[in-house]
Amino acid sequence: MLYFIEQCLNGVQLGMLLFLLAAGLTLIFGIMDLVNLAHGSLYMIGAYFAATFAALTGSFVAGAVMALLATLVVGIAVEVIAMRRLYGRDHLDHVLGTFGLILFFNELVRLIWGPAGMTLPLPSQMLTAVEVLPGVYYPLYRLVIILSTLIVALLLYLLVMRTRIGMLIRAGASNREMVAALGINIKLLFTLVFGLGAVLAGFAGMMQAPILTVQIGMGENILIVAFVVIIIGGIGSIRGAFVAAIIVGLIDTVGRAFLPDLLRMFLSNNAASSAGPALSSMLIYMLMAAILVVRPEGLFSASSR
Amino acid sequence: MTDAVLQVEGLTKRFGGVLASDGISLAVPRGELHAIIGPNGAGKTTLIGQLAGEVAPDSGRIWFENLDITRLPSWRRSKLGLARSFQITSLFSDFTVLDNVALAVQAHAGHSFQFWRKAREETSLREPARAVLARLGLLGRADVLVSTLSHGEHRQIEIATALATGPRLLLLDEPMAGMGPDESARMVKTLRDLKGDLTIMLIEHDMEAVFALADRITVLVYGRIIASGTPQAIRGNEQVRQAYLGEQESADA
Amino acid sequence: MKAQFRPRDVVVAVVLAGMALLPLHAALTGNSFLMSLCTRIIILAMAAVSLNLIMGFGGMVSFGHAAYLGIGGYVVGILAKEGVDSGFLQWPLALAASALFALAVGSLSLRTRGVYFIMITLAFTQMLYYVAIGLDRYGGDDGMTIYRRSQFGGLLDLSNRTAFFYLCLALLLLTTCLIWRIVNSRFGMVIRGARSNERRMRAIGFPTYRYKLVCFVIAGTLCGLAGVLLANHTDFINPAMMHWTRSGDLIVMAVLGGMGTVLGPVLGALALLVLEEVLSGVTEYWQIIIGPIFLLVVLFARGGIDGLLGRIRA
Repeated sequence: MLYFIEQCLNGVQLGMLLFLLAAGLTLIFGIMDLVNLAHGSLYMIGAYFAATFAALTGSFVAGAVMALLATLVVGIAVEVIAMRRLYGRDHLDHVLGTFGLILFFNELVRLIWGPAGMTLPLPSQMLTAVEVLPGVYYPLYRLVIILSTLIVALLLYLLVMRTRIGMLIRAGASNREMVAALGINIKLLFTLVFGLGAVLAGFAGMMQAPILTVQIGMGENILIVAFVVIIIGGIGSIRGAFVAAIIVGLIDTVGRAFLPDLLRMFLSNNAASSAGPALSSMLIYMLMAAILVVRPEGLFSASSR
Repeated sequence: MTDAVLQVEGLTKRFGGVLASDGISLAVPRGELHAIIGPNGAGKTTLIGQLAGEVAPDSGRIWFENLDITRLPSWRRSKLGLARSFQITSLFSDFTVLDNVALAVQAHAGHSFQFWRKAREETSLREPARAVLARLGLLGRADVLVSTLSHGEHRQIEIATALATGPRLLLLDEPMAGMGPDESARMVKTLRDLKGDLTIMLIEHDMEAVFALADRITVLVYGRIIASGTPQAIRGNEQVRQAYLGEQESADA
Repeated sequence: MKAQFRPRDVVVAVVLAGMALLPLHAALTGNSFLMSLCTRIIILAMAAVSLNLIMGFGGMVSFGHAAYLGIGGYVVGILAKEGVDSGFLQWPLALAASALFALAVGSLSLRTRGVYFIMITLAFTQMLYYVAIGLDRYGGDDGMTIYRRSQFGGLLDLSNRTAFFYLCLALLLLTTCLIWRIVNSRFGMVIRGARSNERRMRAIGFPTYRYKLVCFVIAGTLCGLAGVLLANHTDFINPAMMHWTRSGDLIVMAVLGGMGTVLGPVLGALALLVLEEVLSGVTEYWQIIIGPIFLLVVLFARGGIDGLLGRIRA
């Protein structure tokens, strides 16, 4: 039972990371109509920067702040140099162009940091567990991830719904030409939105670095799961991304934890051990398939376009 | 039930706060050319969308030759004999004129799960296509790429492809949109020649054409029918004059 | 579509003729590296050509086509491991498995379009990738060696490199010929029309979904055949066959070679694989160069090699 609660919390935590990625992707797609496969690269870069700066400064927090700034700079650079030229083009062009960027970034990281990956140790204050329910202890840092991403989600909501910039973002999403015609500097808006997406991705990469991984190619693995979240939640819907991210996070984590045992009730030990991992990895895709059968446009599909 | 080729009852469609179709009911008997007119935003295109099967009505029913087609997808309605032309030209731009029309013929010439024979060499597809083009005086343009045609020719090809499906009901969405006086006159003649063989529902802004062609006219304003009858009756209708015809009539008078 | 002597056709003819002579070169010089490389190019060209059927002609951008390379290869590998190495059993089963997966994925993905379609096809292939990693018995992440190539009795000895080379070349020609006929047939017209203007196709009476689905299955099955050949060529199967970057490579080959033609992807495969060979000889970090090259191709050479060749008046 304790194990179940722990896995559920882990699932929520994974879900929050997925939400950050999905939200960034949704914003960029919604405003600029850009399919950005290289979003995962920004996630990876955020993690690498955090590990590097934390090691350099000896402080986790300082490293984190510097990493966010550095990721923002990289994001803006990428937007100005490459992404700008892709706006308005065929989605296939986006796919190919950003695919090229992924290869470039993975290899660049390998060149600079080497193939072995890195670690980002937690500051000692974080190394405790908190009693979330009577008798149930959960690592403090994982709670921090959940809480901090919730705060970011809230800030994002406030930004998009309550500020002038947010209004421009929402307007731009439904009618680009109109916003441009109103004299708003669309170029700047796009750069800002891309930068925001980059920071969200970098933040996610950085937060998960101490407990999961900092290695080449980490971006693409989670990016594809972020796509699954978007498909389930409905393209263009941040609310949908939030709900779907939690669901996907839960199903993946809890499924992987309990499916082998569940199988053991029906199959032999051997069969369960070999089929377990393979089947567990299929769970979220089966969910996606089910949604596609019942509601192809996703749970909370946005109107328009 | 009736001799009506097309029967619509209580068609209602809402987009968010906008009531695009408000309880529309009408019947079009065989061989009639029925015109739908109304100011912009009256819901004419939404009406065609629901009749063609692209927009699902919130409530109401549509019968085609006494068959309830309300839930049928657009391709099925086409197979049953209901063809439409588009307001904004939407042809296959990388194909020739003949290819475009032949495709329409192909859609109604059995199935297309045929993988070996060259479709462009099938006389059973090319000949009927040529016949339709000839009927509209376009045979000379058969091998021209659609993307190189003039706007007026595009509108005519729209009609041609609709005709090539062998329909019994034609839904024409502003076929004369963007045409000059000569081209319009030619289109009116084309449509007049088609009358009788086919039942036609025509959405148009060009009032000269409408009064020259229509057997009956229905006036749509804000999604509702405010009047329906013979051209004379409509011309004399006070409400219609105020809502719509006013400006045009004073120009002619 | 007049089939006169366009520059592209000449180039492809020359290339294929040159390839046909490779075994001679290998026999004369005793160096079979070129022949091996070309076998790989031919196999991946077949995969790219099959992708182009749905992508270039059908407008369905699938970022998951590598799945069929994997399925074809894994069926051969799994059956070989379980003691079935008759090609007469392996190959039809591999094709059937590819067709089934394509049917399942296609029936779901084709209910969507555009970006959704790209992401869904990517996701399903990724699922397969992870499943393969989870298959401990068949090598898991490391992959598995195939000790005996598909056996065809006295008919054909696939372990003879020259025979295998000509088999691959023949199957590539067969595939391109088949796709060429399909593209110009009634079926092909529906697919191309649906790409050009799906709304119009439905308006004139075509139930486009079922045609697109059949096309998707055909493309998947042909790519499954390429997967069978790939497994035999490398004597090895591993999950990387289905890695999403492999799907991306196939797209690049099709775009680079020119999506509007049947043979274009052959040139694309040749160009990409030769480029990779050359670059990896120059530097270990060759992807730093090739990544931006993809971006540049997208920005400046969208018609692909075909487009560039087309500008040379014959």
